[in-house]
Amino acid sequence: MAQEIVEVPLTGKITTVNVKVGDEIEEGDVICLLESMKMENPIVAPVAGKIVQLGVTSEQVVNPGEIVAVIDY
Amino acid sequence: MFGFFETGLQYFYWGNGLMVLIGVALIFLGIAKKMEPLLLVPIGFGILLINLPLGGLMDYELQITSSAEVPGKVISIQVDEGTKVREGDVIFQFDSGEVLAPIGGRITEVRVSPGQEVDPDEVVAVMVTTTQTELPVQPIGLLSRIFQYGIMWQVIPPLIFLCLGALTDFGPMIANPRTLLLGAAAQFGVYFAFFMALLSGFNMQEACSIGIIGGAEGPTTIFVTSILAPHIIGATAIACYSYMALVPIIQPPIIRLLTTKKERAIYMKPQLREVGKAEKIIFPIVAAVVVILIVPMSAPLIGMFMVGNLFAMSGVTERLSKTASTAFIDILTIFLTLSIGATMTAENFLLPKTLMVLVLGVVAFATATAAGVLMAKLMNLFSKEKINPMIGAAGVSAVPMSARVVQVMGQKANPRNFLLMHAMGPNVAGAIGAAIAGGVFLGMVG
Repeated sequence: MAQEIVEVPLTGKITTVNVKVGDEIEEGDVICLLESMKMENPIVAPVAGKIVQLGVTSEQVVNPGEIVAVIDY
Repeated sequence: MFGFFETGLQYFYWGNGLMVLIGVALIFLGIAKKMEPLLLVPIGFGILLINLPLGGLMDYELQITSSAEVPGKVISIQVDEGTKVREGDVIFQFDSGEVLAPIGGRITEVRVSPGQEVDPDEVVAVMVTTTQTELPVQPIGLLSRIFQYGIMWQVIPPLIFLCLGALTDFGPMIANPRTLLLGAAAQFGVYFAFFMALLSGFNMQEACSIGIIGGAEGPTTIFVTSILAPHIIGATAIACYSYMALVPIIQPPIIRLLTTKKERAIYMKPQLREVGKAEKIIFPIVAAVVVILIVPMSAPLIGMFMVGNLFAMSGVTERLSKTASTAFIDILTIFLTLSIGATMTAENFLLPKTLMVLVLGVVAFATATAAGVLMAKLMNLFSKEKINPMIGAAGVSAVPMSARVVQVMGQKANPRNFLLMHAMGPNVAGAIGAAIAGGVFLGMVG
């Protein structure tokens, strides 16, 4: 099974996390919202699959390159 | 006057009614649709206030002098105190000729009577007008004073630029200087709309003010219009601000038209080069020196923009930067928006010209978007590392709206893409580009 690692694209704060480990998701589903530059930006799933690991919680300040989620597909 | 109470009702006509509706519509869009509420709510209320006759908020007083060069005699007087006049109406008949109303308004005082001898340049009557004019007028209303000394004296728009400077991070642009070209390309919309305006019969000054709408920068538009064509400032300002709010509707179809699905999906690494503190401090200083030496007329805007940016980046002027980016910009925005709204009386705004300004404004936005995208595609022909052509659209300043549009469309085309930071580069470059384009116009015809 292939794995897709979703990384934090830019410095900001996670406002809400919409999924939990074990969830089945579709491509384009919102994993979490990242507030950066005074805007809320959705971070979406690049592939359909199952969340096997989550690296963020709400209110967490994140930096580029940190893991948001790992998706099995 | 005594014992006679005048209501505004007898002066209220359908035009005022229509403008009140427009004002309420803007307030509604701001509140219910969350469209640029910080701008549209006060502008809308300004429009509403100014279309309630006799309120006097936007009144200017104008003295009418006898134009005769030799002493003359008053033969007849065509007006009374309180008479509404249109530009060119005959007010007095002198033996030496007629005295015409220099502008539309209301006569408030008649200082001569028939048969009286009048000296050259003697003040024969006083009138009030709500029209922005080059004539030597004295502002006597709350908002006309703010407008005259804040906007016509070019104080408020540059100060807003200072605040925007404090809110701007040039990092993405410094990290990827290529994006400067995209911000510059989008200014094509400014020049295109300028020529279209000339072709549609506007004069040089008006055409410059209309073209600059394409820079998608409110303060720049207001700054340029206040110098070149103050009589259309309401129209250019409202065009600029409402199209900025409409960027998410105007831009996507144009972007889609000019790019293939594959191009929109071009992946750009989210990580930009880390820009150091020293670079961020040096940038505003160097940029101010270079830009102002080349385009001196942009000094009020670029100078303030860069000093505001230095406040934010220096690390030692945090108090100044914090004030500029919070309380100060809010105060300035209140002054700016209320008095801009107040320029839109029915008499000044409900003209065919206004409609033309609005049409040309949208042309300016659209061509600016197209030029940015096409420039990005052109750059891709010559570079190894392809850029997503959509970020060219963010060269239309409208910070950060157009960058946001690009981010959303990019993510849709390719969920792995996160173009926000890449789009912020052309976005801030577009703000500089707009100010420079304004400076160029002022240098040309100012």
